[in-house]
Amino acid sequence: MPLSLTHLEFIAFGALWTVGLSAIAFVGGALVGFLLALARISPSAIVRRTASVYIQIVQGTPLLVTLFLFYFGLALVGFESVPAIMAAGLGLIIYSSAFLAEIWRGCLESVPKPQWEAAECLALTRWQRMTRVILPQAMRIATAPTVGFLVQIVKNTSLASVVGFVELTQAGKIVNNSIFEPFTVFIVVAFFYFIICFPLSVWSRSLERKLNVGRR
Amino acid sequence: MSAVVSLANVHKSFGSVEVLKGVTFDVGPGEVAAVIGASGSGKSTALRCINALETINSGEIVVCGHKVHDHTLEKRALRRDVGIVFQSYNLFPHLTVAQNIMLAPMSVKRMSKADARALAESVLARVGLAEKADNYPEQLSGGQQQRVAIARSLAMQPKLMLFDEVTSALDPQLTGEVLKVMEDLARGGMSMILVTHEMAFARKVAGKVIFMHHGKVWEVGPGAMLDDPKTPELKAFLNSGL
Repeated sequence: MPLSLTHLEFIAFGALWTVGLSAIAFVGGALVGFLLALARISPSAIVRRTASVYIQIVQGTPLLVTLFLFYFGLALVGFESVPAIMAAGLGLIIYSSAFLAEIWRGCLESVPKPQWEAAECLALTRWQRMTRVILPQAMRIATAPTVGFLVQIVKNTSLASVVGFVELTQAGKIVNNSIFEPFTVFIVVAFFYFIICFPLSVWSRSLERKLNVGRR
Repeated sequence: MSAVVSLANVHKSFGSVEVLKGVTFDVGPGEVAAVIGASGSGKSTALRCINALETINSGEIVVCGHKVHDHTLEKRALRRDVGIVFQSYNLFPHLTVAQNIMLAPMSVKRMSKADARALAESVLARVGLAEKADNYPEQLSGGQQQRVAIARSLAMQPKLMLFDEVTSALDPQLTGEVLKVMEDLARGGMSMILVTHEMAFARKVAGKVIFMHHGKVWEVGPGAMLDDPKTPELKAFLNSGL
């Protein structure tokens, strides 16, 4: 049986969920990751170490396993039936927060130390130093690698198919189960991923170029 | 007359390396003190200790009434009284010249934007850069950037100004324009400590010259001391550079 328009529509709908899930993972991961990045450069050793342990654990665990843990773990702690979007969303937020935190920590630390000192010597509080002097400079540095990581998030949402969430990959599997044309189906799926990721990659590279011009 | 800055038997180590080995000196109100010495003599470290950028191991430092050696030191109160200018200017590259200057008065002193702008224009006029207010630092020469850095410190109306080898990164012509600004400040009665390699400037402007050698104050005297060094170390230092 050939691929019909209905099948294509179903896969396209899955692609929308891939975009949605990516957005959830990115926004949630950015919020948590930003706090973690600040914690990683905190003057308090306990705060620094706690954040570091969290990041090490998350980075040292396959995302697939994290997703399983959330899917089955949430059920254990009393959620009757865990909606797939909740398990997938939480798992991806945890995953992206750890990686974004490390990317951003690097960006914060790449602002030259004398900038911190100059701000400190003007009697600015730590908060003022961070928000007025360091963050505006770090954000310029962070844009390109952050957009680059966004591509990783989009591709990794495919793992959410294992907890039954119908995103692009799962939609492809479902269609294939009815028409048994795996090669055709997954070419289409791959094409959709490419359509989503390619503009992001191009954007990331152009941001990188702009930044290099700025720094000469 | 109580001193604006007084160091008493200050020791400072980085790991196992002792950089300051019992440094003692005073600087009075309105006095200009030039700290000279070879690289590694501890002069920049001494300056950074005065502003609590480095924590000392032992001894006492009192700056404008703040006990810098005390662990209860309110660092921000100290920094409101002390301005510092660095060798590498350290202007904030994402802000214009005027914004660089307005940042601290607005955030720390809660000055209104209009007042801060007027203040920025007046300190820029003092360093001869009134027309550069809306440029970004990278559009200025090194000498101009350093003058903006001085203006940025002046905007906080400090009681004491520290200068850490502020002309070392500049060519002779640009050095001249920065030294001119510092000389005007000195004439205006500002208390200043400058770590410098500009011997001619030290001789001309400094009321007190402090020669540091191997982490100690080796010789102290008026500018004229440079014409008649007492210790062989100072003699050797003065001959080596010129």
